[in-house]
Amino acid sequence: MDELIGILEGLHPDVDFRQTAGLIDDGVLDSFDIISLVAEIDNIFDVQIPAAEIVPENFNSAQALQDLIERLSDD
Amino acid sequence: MLFTSYSFIAFILVLFVIYYLVPRRFQWMLLLLASYLFYFLASPEYLIYISLTTVSTFLAAFRIGRLADAHQSHLAAHKSSLTRDERKAGKEALKQRQRRLLVACMLLNFGLLAVMKYTNFALANVNGLLQAFGSERQLAFLNIALPMGISFYTFQSMGYLLDVYRGKTSAQKNVFRLALFVSFFPQLVQGPISRYDELAQTLYGPHKPDWTHISYGLQRILWGFFKKLVIADRILVAVNTIIRTPEEYQGVFVLVGMLFYTLQLYADFTGGIDITIGIAEVLGIRVQENFNAPFLARNITDYWRRWHISMGTWFRDYLFYPLSVSRPMLNLSRSARRKLGESLGKRVPVYLCTLIVWFATGIWHGSSWNFIVWGLLNGVVIMVSQACEPLYTRFHQRFQVKERLAYRAFEIVRTTLLMSAIRLFDCYRDVPLTFRMFGTMFTTPNYGQLFHGQAMQLGLSGADYLVLAAGVAIIVASGIRRKPGSMRERLEPLPAAWRYAAMYLLLIAILLFGAYGVGYDASQFIYNQF
Repeated sequence: MDELIGILEGLHPDVDFRQTAGLIDDGVLDSFDIISLVAEIDNIFDVQIPAAEIVPENFNSAQALQDLIERLSDD
Repeated sequence: MLFTSYSFIAFILVLFVIYYLVPRRFQWMLLLLASYLFYFLASPEYLIYISLTTVSTFLAAFRIGRLADAHQSHLAAHKSSLTRDERKAGKEALKQRQRRLLVACMLLNFGLLAVMKYTNFALANVNGLLQAFGSERQLAFLNIALPMGISFYTFQSMGYLLDVYRGKTSAQKNVFRLALFVSFFPQLVQGPISRYDELAQTLYGPHKPDWTHISYGLQRILWGFFKKLVIADRILVAVNTIIRTPEEYQGVFVLVGMLFYTLQLYADFTGGIDITIGIAEVLGIRVQENFNAPFLARNITDYWRRWHISMGTWFRDYLFYPLSVSRPMLNLSRSARRKLGESLGKRVPVYLCTLIVWFATGIWHGSSWNFIVWGLLNGVVIMVSQACEPLYTRFHQRFQVKERLAYRAFEIVRTTLLMSAIRLFDCYRDVPLTFRMFGTMFTTPNYGQLFHGQAMQLGLSGADYLVLAAGVAIIVASGIRRKPGSMRERLEPLPAAWRYAAMYLLLIAILLFGAYGVGYDASQFIYNQF
């Protein structure tokens, strides 16, 4: 989780990603951020997030994103 | 049959009556018949193309769904005996078979769209090249009519197919029901580009007559006619005067034309969508909103979240994301980071995808270099503003102006001017002329002429300007609202007499001030041509 928070803070240093939900719904992350995030996750966790998984519920919070990474690594 | 023609008004009124008279289980079939009749009246041969898209999409999606169901049954039956590797291999084999169907169907449909829409554009470019290299040979153009709404229904159908492939929605098992989704006439010619899982919730009924829906729908239709006939078609005269005689109207007139065209396009397109959503609402069907006060946008990204929303989200979900997270792009991201450093390297694939998507968005709008340059300029502005993000952040840390009214107004005006300037590419006949006319705004010092009677020579009288000003004031007043649709909900508690009076006034305004009548041909909606 710490590694993921580090990636997110690299995109928006001013956001407290441990506490913030609604990252997509509230417009904190835009499509540029999402793509950077997917590339970072591929780079660091070696997990490929397919386009079909790029939906708000998977990106709305750091926890949701962590769950997605774990689910895709198990697949 | 134009939305603004008497025959269309008669068509929908008759439909509304029959729709609520037939047994409710037949309502969707009646809509299918009406949609195909609407399309048939435009041109019988168009039916061939829309049927081909419908049947091919139905078959591919149906088969993709069947394969997924069979895979699930196999997994359930052999849950305990399959190893993890076997499950993984099974899933991969399934995806491969589904992908083949998906690609075949997309090639067929996008291929059809490309041939119909871009062949002559490609031929014109080849001819241009031949001429440039001194050849006298010129290729003959194809004599093909672009089927009405093909860009919209192809995108809508392919969106459905991709949703089935991704497992987001189940495949429709009745080809006629899918045919209605593809051809639903109110949205066939100018969108919105609906998502199957959203539209299907209400498209197939059954629907009891609900007075609230019917009256809201009729109000929305009237509102659309008001925008189209009173504003858009009136101001069109001045826009055409300016852009069709560029040698005469330069400098300040380009600025006027630019702002007038922005207003025309807004009133035309949002008016058309109001009519679409209104018709659907009378039928008890919910069509998604396509606009959210676009001229309150504070930057271009915000603007594209508010303007033609269904098209923007289509390109984002079905092109931008898949392209950006594809293996080649992820590899490019890695190598760019190695070679160019972390900060710049990670931007390379994102920017490349942005340009590709905006190129596609441009050419989707029309087969001309104007639209391609228009699309690419949008992409470039978005990239520049994204690259400047750290500067904005520092600026806002230093100066606490972000939420001040004056700063917000500045952002809104800046975004509107920027988007309007880029929209000039819709207006002038070619790219060099557009750049030249844009330049004259700064090089031709004729700003005084506007106040010396020249504004009255653009084809509009003083009364026209008054009507336009009043119309814009009404649109602005209705647009200052916190959530979509709340205007009429605010009207709801008023006594019925007041509400009816407001509707009659709107109707009278359309009848009195609408730009139509004997000898006047209500203009085609701008987005029909896309």
